[in-house]
Amino acid sequence: MNSPIDMSEEIIKNIIVKEDDDYIVNMGPQHPSTHGVLRLEVCLNGETVKYMVPHIGYIHRAIEKMSESDTYKQIIHLTDRMDYLSAHMNNEAICLAVENALEIEVPERVKYIRVALDELSRVASHHLWWSAFGMDLGALTTFFYGMRDREKILAIFEESFGSRLLHSFVTPGGLMHDVHPNFQKHIMEFVRYFRKKLPEYKQLLTDNVIFHNRTKGIGYMSRETAIAFGVTGPSGRGSGFSCDVRKTAPYGLYNEINFKEILHDEGDSFTRYLVRMEEMEESLNILEQVADNIPEGDFTAKMKPIVKLPEGEYYQRVETARGELGVYIVSDGKKFPYRVKFRSPNFSNLFVLNTLAMEHLIADLVTISGSLDLVIPDIDR
Amino acid sequence: MGVKIKSMKNEDFKDNETLESLNELGDNVFLTTIDNVLNWGRSNSIWPLTFATSCCGIEMMAAGASRYDFARFGIEVYRASPRQADVIVVAGTIVHKMVPILKRLYDQMAEPKYVIAMGACAVSGGPFYYNNYSVVRGVDHVLPVDVYVPGCPPRPEALLYGVMQLQRKIKTKSIAAKKKNNNDGEKSGADEK
Repeated sequence: MNSPIDMSEEIIKNIIVKEDDDYIVNMGPQHPSTHGVLRLEVCLNGETVKYMVPHIGYIHRAIEKMSESDTYKQIIHLTDRMDYLSAHMNNEAICLAVENALEIEVPERVKYIRVALDELSRVASHHLWWSAFGMDLGALTTFFYGMRDREKILAIFEESFGSRLLHSFVTPGGLMHDVHPNFQKHIMEFVRYFRKKLPEYKQLLTDNVIFHNRTKGIGYMSRETAIAFGVTGPSGRGSGFSCDVRKTAPYGLYNEINFKEILHDEGDSFTRYLVRMEEMEESLNILEQVADNIPEGDFTAKMKPIVKLPEGEYYQRVETARGELGVYIVSDGKKFPYRVKFRSPNFSNLFVLNTLAMEHLIADLVTISGSLDLVIPDIDR
Repeated sequence: MGVKIKSMKNEDFKDNETLESLNELGDNVFLTTIDNVLNWGRSNSIWPLTFATSCCGIEMMAAGASRYDFARFGIEVYRASPRQADVIVVAGTIVHKMVPILKRLYDQMAEPKYVIAMGACAVSGGPFYYNNYSVVRGVDHVLPVDVYVPGCPPRPEALLYGVMQLQRKIKTKSIAAKKKNNNDGEKSGADEK
């Protein structure tokens, strides 16, 4: 039996001792490289970060509390707005929880479309991250290249759902309506297009010497740290922590699909970058397997307009573009949930930042927080 | 004083009564030429502040990026510092904890300054209007809003339209009109800036 990892050591390392004559600099809440309204209270020793305290709550929208006065079909519109870059996965989490509770089997067609949407969102999300990460490090070109190709995915979304970013398309029991007839064709076109573009990105940023110097060896996270803080998603997998929910607890169609979990051991910012780039390729592989085989059939199972979950507690986790999202529903048998709790990936990923940024230069703090790919509304909810 | 925007016909704006009434103010022979020059400069180089709290920020980024490229309309480059910005695009939900910071950012901006409320949350609280304890129900409780852009989130085209509306509003401003208003002691909220 493997000896369990000693968490206490990891946590002791992170204990912050404040002193009266600390030199404090506030980064945020309005700061372009925090990707939202995050405030970091950074204590500096010259240019070196001594410690750093994240302050959250600047975009706390009470989504959990609001969920308690919404029916299960209404909650999806709130989960969309939590982690808006992986809106489909957020919706799917709550839908799967409700479906499991009611023991509803969704049609095959729905399962295929859901996987296709998940992977498209994942590519779009990683792609936006790639653009923004380059921009954080001063490479503005990546932003324009990235947004150009991201629009192709958004065009597919728009054609089927009518909206670009927040679709609320996945509902308990299936989908809101059927996808556009050209859905499969356009996905395949996109996959072919995007495969040609990936070498271009490699040339532009991955093989860039300046980029290497800014990211290699910066923000080292050991596997133990990742597990102790619950860092999941590409950030955790960059440290060798096998945490892909699609593999460890498959949901939907993922146990029938052939794909590999991207794992690297180095644990620095560059590795986290590589994991995301390789995940985009892997997502394209999944899309190729799925898009051609979408079967005909209904787009939703038979559902009542207002569903009531039987009394009890339900938990469902899915892999979003940033890590493991858990939905915990307590039902007292009424049409509204008694309590909804989201275990959001970004919340855990944020609090490892202090450990990673200690003893680094303040310019590297931007690299590290960028490489963790934080979405602030998902932290505050 | 006619309103001239190259890319958009005057008739397209006819529904907007506030702008029409603003137009009637300050028809001074000497000042209109100065006004025209000033307004031409101001309306064609509105620099926005990078202020995005949530989802709408992504659409604002998209509006600035390759496909939509709102640099075409002179809303050229995002400034991280409020002292260099002309317009604050409030993109996303404003919660009570954020209000003092938003107010301070607005106060730090140099005159003339404009506010665009982008998205349902900034317009009215949007999806977070009911059963909520933390969200400010519309940014107009805090700042004088010039242009409202509805949508959740609005498409980049909608933001572009909003920016063009703002340009037109700027073009109706006149030094004379401002003086006239001040003398009369009539301050009409968001119109008077």
